[in-house]
Amino acid sequence: MISEVVMPQMGADMEEGTIIKWLKNEGDKVDRGEIIAEIETDKANVEIEAFDGGVFRRTLAGEGDTVDVGTIIAIIADAGDDLSAYENGATKQAATPAQKAPSEPAKKPAPKAAGKEPAKAIAQPAPASSDGRVRASPVARRLAQEHSVDLTAISGTGPDGRIVKRDVEAAMAGSTPAQTSPAAGATTTIEMSKMRQTIARRMSQSKREAPHYYITVDIDMTEAERLRRQLNDAVEDYPRVSVNDMIVRAAAISLARHLMFNSLFVDEQVQQHSDINVCIAIALDEGLIAPAILDTANKTLGEIADASRDLAGRAKSGALKPAEYTGGTFTVSNVGMFGVEGLIAIIQPPQTAILGVGGVRTTPVVRDGRIETADLMKTALSADHRVTDGAQGAQFLNEIRRLLESPASLLV
Amino acid sequence: MAEMSFRGALRLTLQEELQADENVILMGEDIGAYGGSYSVTKGLFDEFGPERVMDTPISESVVVGAGIGAAMGGLRPIVELMTINFSLLALDQIVNNAAKLSYMSAGQIHVPMVIRMASGAGSQLSSQHSQSLEGWYAHIPGIKVVVPYTPRDARGLLKTAFNEQNPVIFIEHTALYARKGEVPDEDYAIPFGQAEVMREGADVTLIGYSGSVYQTLGAADILEEAGREADVINLRTLRPLDVDTIVASVRKTHRAVVIEDDWKFGGFAGEIAAIIMEEAFDDLDGPVARVCGADVPMPYAKALEQSALPNPQQIADAALALF
Repeated sequence: MISEVVMPQMGADMEEGTIIKWLKNEGDKVDRGEIIAEIETDKANVEIEAFDGGVFRRTLAGEGDTVDVGTIIAIIADAGDDLSAYENGATKQAATPAQKAPSEPAKKPAPKAAGKEPAKAIAQPAPASSDGRVRASPVARRLAQEHSVDLTAISGTGPDGRIVKRDVEAAMAGSTPAQTSPAAGATTTIEMSKMRQTIARRMSQSKREAPHYYITVDIDMTEAERLRRQLNDAVEDYPRVSVNDMIVRAAAISLARHLMFNSLFVDEQVQQHSDINVCIAIALDEGLIAPAILDTANKTLGEIADASRDLAGRAKSGALKPAEYTGGTFTVSNVGMFGVEGLIAIIQPPQTAILGVGGVRTTPVVRDGRIETADLMKTALSADHRVTDGAQGAQFLNEIRRLLESPASLLV
Repeated sequence: MAEMSFRGALRLTLQEELQADENVILMGEDIGAYGGSYSVTKGLFDEFGPERVMDTPISESVVVGAGIGAAMGGLRPIVELMTINFSLLALDQIVNNAAKLSYMSAGQIHVPMVIRMASGAGSQLSSQHSQSLEGWYAHIPGIKVVVPYTPRDARGLLKTAFNEQNPVIFIEHTALYARKGEVPDEDYAIPFGQAEVMREGADVTLIGYSGSVYQTLGAADILEEAGREADVINLRTLRPLDVDTIVASVRKTHRAVVIEDDWKFGGFAGEIAAIIMEEAFDDLDGPVARVCGADVPMPYAKALEQSALPNPQQIADAALALF
């Protein structure tokens, strides 16, 4: 039996992966479940295991090759199987789960599937040929390079979808005409890291495709701050709780009551999930990453505090699990520690909402006609208008405010 | 300007050279009393006599070999091999002797000889007599290969051939002999290695030579109706090849189709495509396309023969597929 080994999809936004190392040589015997390769995604390194036993007959992608998700990278088969269909060595695209997706909407969030098999119902940004290269004509490539046009962001109108000169020219015309010679002074061209490229691509995609609406509110954190101090000072053996942990807990509870904000937008469909996995944005030297605290709604404040500290540590060492960086259903991005007032964030696709959080500031407020001070925190909900509307957003955000302003509810 | 047939332009030029230089001689099968299988030499036998317009035995190897000897000895022979199909019998003389002697003698010996031959298909002469093998000769260093399309080309290029110090293969497509065109009245010569842009357009470059230029111009008309303007290049010589004109055009249009009656596999069209790839890769907006003769020995049946040769619609389709 011939078993095709394909580049697995380790999450919603994974489009390609790089083979770091083959652990089997052609001709080796392979048992089902045996680890056969290490691959690198833009988030982490993972191992691929064999789904079937047999002889590791052929590699169709070499170490260091970057190929699209779903591309056949190796063949495991019986010794006598005819592999002439794979003869030319060209890696071809297997029928990807993405192509099957429309008829089979996922009922569970992606993380359930991740790691074992390519996640189903995942939007696949279209282009790129089966060998992972963007199909573009030589003159289109030259023009794109000369004018810093990202070919991966263009769709081709030439034969077989090839990006041709007119496509690059159209992209140039559509972009800001700041292509003129730069102002005097030294210009350094900085090679974008893989993570930087991923951020650029995904954030551009989000701003391009998801119509954001924004709702802001100041949350009085006086009581929450008091509770936090009590927990940290007075309760023995309780994990140290941060303001962010409380926000995550409040968001999870509010999400459970407003599940529309716990949706993914995939293939023109809204997939509302019952599992709540709140992501926390973690700044890294080379960019940022927003892994998920899995099953957030069923975690206590203390468990959230533990989980978030653990995630931050592993994010920095690159040891996140696929489910953590692909399974998120909502994100909290907190820049309060930098002393800034607020953050209006960009939604992480395919999620449909994100909460931007600023610093806690002692601010004069008017209460019952008197001026008092309060510890206010500015929050901004960015949400995808294709999925929810402003009135829903306001209720969802008010729920978070209510929870944080009556923080005892975070403990139950 | 006078209107003249391709055949007439050749005959006039041969006549002038025979008149101008007594060292010029013509040799070939039936070129004398009969006037030539394609009537190119008609009347020259009567004017210049059997010593200068010589009928030869049916042995192409002998004809070319004698021509080489005459050229080495100081004459300027113009040898006619009737058709390129028969030139295969003289391949050894052409490739191993004519092409090599100047090199092997370190330039002490020259072979100033013109070898004329008809080429091409279209007259139901079946597979042995319908070939377009000029690309074979273009493969050989030491030989120049001339492929005129217009009567003006025929006259101007034959003039230049007379002044060459080493062998020139002069290809005459049989479908062109009767075709008429303007030929300048004044004395002129067309240098080798200068293609002519027969028609200008910004969208695609169509490259043909000899008889195929006719089909190519037809394709340009079809393309115009489809809203695409074609540069049509008539190569005029395969060796030397006017790479500059080809590359300049491709730089402008970013697309190229090469047209050739000969078979595609291993043919000269592939050479042009490779040169474009080497010289203008970053200007290409798509792969270079080739429209060539069908990969079969030429069929005898008329309909099959026509379908085995490039036609304007096929060329236009290949061009449109690049957009």
